[in-house]
Amino acid sequence: MTFHTDTPFTIAGRDFSSRLLVGTGKYKDFDETGAAIAESGAEIVTFAVRRTNLGQEAGPNLLDVISPSRYTLLPNTAGCYTAKDAVRTCRLARELLDGHNLVKLEVLGDDTTLYPNVVETLKAAETLLADGFDVMVYTSDDPIIARALEAMGCCAIMPLGSLIGSGHGIQNPHNVRLIVEQSNVPVLVDAGIGTASDAAMAMELGCDGVLLNTAIAHAREPLRMARAMKNAVEAGRDAFLAGRMPRRQTADPSSPFAGRING
Amino acid sequence: MHIQLNGEPYTLDADLTAADLIAQLGLTGRRVAVEINEEIVPRSQLATTLLAEDDQVEVVHAIGGG
Repeated sequence: MTFHTDTPFTIAGRDFSSRLLVGTGKYKDFDETGAAIAESGAEIVTFAVRRTNLGQEAGPNLLDVISPSRYTLLPNTAGCYTAKDAVRTCRLARELLDGHNLVKLEVLGDDTTLYPNVVETLKAAETLLADGFDVMVYTSDDPIIARALEAMGCCAIMPLGSLIGSGHGIQNPHNVRLIVEQSNVPVLVDAGIGTASDAAMAMELGCDGVLLNTAIAHAREPLRMARAMKNAVEAGRDAFLAGRMPRRQTADPSSPFAGRING
Repeated sequence: MHIQLNGEPYTLDADLTAADLIAQLGLTGRRVAVEINEEIVPRSQLATTLLAEDDQVEVVHAIGGG
């Protein structure tokens, strides 16, 4: 039995076989981080940039756990509330990674919701694109903003499913679908995924991928959840490609009526 | 000489380059990136970049995040 082959998942000119992208925050320790990411099968891994703690013994470095030779690293601008800070953070990340220019841009509105500030996001994207960055952009699930970010040249549009770290899943699947249908660059649900069915739903909506962190890191068994997410993304993608059956108002028996013993 | 290092006041005993400062902090060879007054200092220029009074210096590294 052969299947039609899937179209490649391409980000900024590179093909990836895994459509699951993961973060590196909130794990118990680096061992758990490394093991969970390996179990997830993710090839693109995001991390944050922060001031180095001075005057402390330098411990192990995250980049020893998620080696740039094994993973495609995706520095993010988490914690930035202005375009200026996000741009500075991306430039520091590029220096940190010896010129690697793929970034996840997120500019946040406030620390209660961590909702994207799309005005600052648009400003930051413009500067970063002019400076040669490949920008995967975290944004609201507003199709008009998504279209504007694509038109500017962002290489992936990443609407939230729900608030970062909330685990509330995809609150507005209709908007996510609108963004998927209008976009010519990959669309990934980023934020809000709580469990495997949320990730599968994103893929069934036609998203090209899913980016998540807390759903794995804060599961009771992170490694098992990492595997569940890997399977969910693959299952959701297959279901999307297979094309779901039409919905009906009434029942439609799977067994034939003809030949029943009571017929 | 006084600078701001990662948002805190920091006193230098002598004229130092950015590379000297990194060495003094025990970070030589570590994966860090340096910014002075909101401009990146490329690794190749750390040894030739002299720190000046009131410089705002940021030294950053990668940490876990989503």
